[in-house]
Amino acid sequence: MKITDKIIKNHGLNLEEYKRIQKLLKRNPNLLELGIFSAMWNEHCSYKSSRVHLKKLPTKSKHVIQGPGENAGVIDIGDNDAIIFKIESHNHPSYIEPYQGAATGVGGILRDVFTMGARPIALLNSIHFGSPEHPKTKSLLNGVVAGIGGYGNCIGIPTVAGETKFNETYNENILVNAMAVGHVNKNKIFYSQAKGLNKSVVYVGSKTGRDGIHGASMASAEFDENSEEKKPTVQVGDPFTEKLLLEACLELMKDDSIISIQDMGAAGLTSSSVEMASKGSLGIELELDKVPCREENMTPYEMMLSESQERMLIILEDNKENQARKIFEKWDLDFVIIGKTNNTKNLTLKFNGEIKGEIPIDALASEAPVYDRKWIKKKLQKNKFDLKKFKKIKLEDALIKILSSPNHSNKSWITDQYDQMVMCDTAKRSGADAAIIRIHNKDKAIAVSVDSSANYCKSHPITGGKQIVCENWRNIISVGAKPIAITNCLNFGNPENKEVMGEFAECIDGIKEACEFLNYPIVSGNVSFYNGTNKKNIYPTPVIGGVGLIKKLTKPLDHSFKQEKSEIILIGKTFGHLGQSCFLKENYSLAEGSPPDINLTNEKNNGEIVLKLINENLVYSVHDVSNGGLIISLCEMSMVNRIGVKIEKPKKLRNLFEYFFGEDQGRYVLEIDSKQIRKVEKILKLNNIYYEKIGHTQKKYFEIDGELKVDINELFKINNNWYNSY
Amino acid sequence: MRSSVIVFPGSNCDRDIAVALEKMQFKNQMVWHKESKLPKTDLIVVPGGFSYGDYLRSGAIAGKSLIIDEVIKAAAAGCLVLGICNGFQILTETGLLKGTLLRNKNLKFINKDVNLIVSNNKTKFTSKYELNQILKINIAHNEGNYFTNPQHLEKLKKENLIAFKYCDEKGDINKDSNPNGAMENIAGIFNDKKNILGMMPHPERMIDKTISNSDGVNLFSSLIS
Repeated sequence: MKITDKIIKNHGLNLEEYKRIQKLLKRNPNLLELGIFSAMWNEHCSYKSSRVHLKKLPTKSKHVIQGPGENAGVIDIGDNDAIIFKIESHNHPSYIEPYQGAATGVGGILRDVFTMGARPIALLNSIHFGSPEHPKTKSLLNGVVAGIGGYGNCIGIPTVAGETKFNETYNENILVNAMAVGHVNKNKIFYSQAKGLNKSVVYVGSKTGRDGIHGASMASAEFDENSEEKKPTVQVGDPFTEKLLLEACLELMKDDSIISIQDMGAAGLTSSSVEMASKGSLGIELELDKVPCREENMTPYEMMLSESQERMLIILEDNKENQARKIFEKWDLDFVIIGKTNNTKNLTLKFNGEIKGEIPIDALASEAPVYDRKWIKKKLQKNKFDLKKFKKIKLEDALIKILSSPNHSNKSWITDQYDQMVMCDTAKRSGADAAIIRIHNKDKAIAVSVDSSANYCKSHPITGGKQIVCENWRNIISVGAKPIAITNCLNFGNPENKEVMGEFAECIDGIKEACEFLNYPIVSGNVSFYNGTNKKNIYPTPVIGGVGLIKKLTKPLDHSFKQEKSEIILIGKTFGHLGQSCFLKENYSLAEGSPPDINLTNEKNNGEIVLKLINENLVYSVHDVSNGGLIISLCEMSMVNRIGVKIEKPKKLRNLFEYFFGEDQGRYVLEIDSKQIRKVEKILKLNNIYYEKIGHTQKKYFEIDGELKVDINELFKINNNWYNSY
Repeated sequence: MRSSVIVFPGSNCDRDIAVALEKMQFKNQMVWHKESKLPKTDLIVVPGGFSYGDYLRSGAIAGKSLIIDEVIKAAAAGCLVLGICNGFQILTETGLLKGTLLRNKNLKFINKDVNLIVSNNKTKFTSKYELNQILKINIAHNEGNYFTNPQHLEKLKKENLIAFKYCDEKGDINKDSNPNGAMENIAGIFNDKKNILGMMPHPERMIDKTISNSDGVNLFSSLIS
């Protein structure tokens, strides 16, 4: 078959890239080889546009065992315990086929974690949809939620935290990011680097079908009006088989049969075999006739590019085949030796005794193109709006408007569809600032949270990048955990657009600055470009997934008020920043101004002092102040146990709306027993922490002195009603 | 007291129930579904999860597995059998318990802590609870909507074979306190001889106050006493 320009374009490669292939091969590729290049060189697998920027991110600390570059990141949490975690996007498939797209997103990220030897202990997700009024939103939302639940519930791993957001920027391109967290003995971690010559390459798991062919290339292009036609590129998930694969792999991992192991994720058999060989500087020869196929007459091209789910590639030690085979047969899974390692440094593909393709591994991996794309800086917008000129509203009405909005309404109708309790170690479920998962059979626990702030990032990417790291850090601290490390999922538009590339570069700069300052390194992640349709790019939406450590879990902490007559303290200064706030958005449909400024020194000091107060058992509840400002935080604390609160009017204030709805950063609300208040104040003063005593808890009513008094049950109803009427 | 937990491919609450049993001092063994013999045991537990991925119909394939014949024999001989969630579904598929579990009435998976009222405390499974005691126990299922024919329902009521019913915080049994549409708010039932209990809620999830509460503990302490 002659390789035409059209074929090259259909493989997502440009002519420059094709010339590079010819040069590397010193000949023209055949179709199979072209397909393999396209699978390895697309944006999703090669990180060609992001690599130069990702290099800047801090990836080390005394806790980090493995940073980016492996299937997932690994951190040390003491006593030989390690946590393996990663977040990944499945945006494009989920838009085309929401149930299967979301389900296989969960399945894929789980494999990344258990392929390294960890038993997955928690799932999280960050999902973004278009405007609720958009005709597609409702079915996408229901499909994605059902898909996430369908996979996690069946495999039996609790889905413990997440965020669901709506914004018209995602009308034609939703975001589905899934994060998995696993626990492993630090001495039993498995890596993907192949070692040794003439070792057996074993295929285990499900059979290969024609689903998902070119999935990774699809995820590396923008959508257009014909996107629906891409349905066949979406994979189909089978959580039951994944459960079997998980148990079989963990059983095999108990001894030392495995040299290296890699899941077949994006670009399937191609990327798994190439990555293993590349990391080991070896060659690999595959006999494709042996690949277990689900459908008849599959060609080498289809086998190499299929993204069928629930498959793994293992390189085994000598003489371990029988033992390993027995385990996979017990779990009714395929186990086939399909190839050997060698010293050629080539990927050699045989079919019916003939060599059908042969490519130097380096050409696919280290020689893949890297682009330093053009980008432009974004200026900080001034807050031009003047609150005095806006239509007058009542404080109560503004509050109700936010509480009843799609973005701020209670999401338990979503989280009730996820099994959050299976494995019996979930100490705090969805709804808390971060979920708490106890390490099985131990006293210690981890806290996990995912966060994003797309409107802040759109307005000023550097500040937005800093803000999401800080918000995540605050959420982890608010449940009493010490933040250890993060994973990031970077969802952006078309990188060939210099504004988008600027958003990317500057978000990275912001993330970097905050991570370095807070000693909160990035250990894994994923980049998803080309989120947009017909040249309309989404808001830059980096998502941060953080993990923190609670050394001894006695009484899991959350944000719910625990009793009446407690003192309420606000830590951190309130300036009344309303730029990009949800007050403006929900009440005036405005997305104006700059995001709130980030002061990393205050952020760090305030966070550390809150953690100290928690560790000294001086607080009943903690909640960070984020979207919606102080008033929303207080409401959320009130609504859980229906305990009211009375807040004094601020003494030296200009404007009540600015005070209560301002989204100034680095703030926490603390509930403190009146007997402990002097001790707490002493600690705060000693450490030069800015705080205000703002009121106390009370029966039944949410009250701001002289301004507002509402029954908590009313607010609860308002906050829980959105989906019922959707 | 000896217990055996049957493990099917796709079971996922098998570890949770084993942890609970061991914590409550049972001598527990895991039994793989391909075994053709049960070890000597006083209690058989069919755990929750998605045996065989819920393919065909939840519990249907597990209900025909090799080990199930042994479970049926043991039950006939008076061995105690506890089926939780998917285990309850499997027991109805084998005929050990009558009735069936339909899709939840809202057609969605439901995971939350719900209130249950103890309807019969004169059994080996529930003797440590008070009659009409209100418990808070986690449910997690797609098909928990219990349904049976009018004759059997009458019998369940007359012979006191209903173990637990869904209720509200005050113990009121009504439509609003019914999470899944189950007939008469039924959450768990016994067989005629009361040596088999099938229930949708997960008592093994409620044995530890750090994680949830301890409302499930008395089910296990009833069994061991």
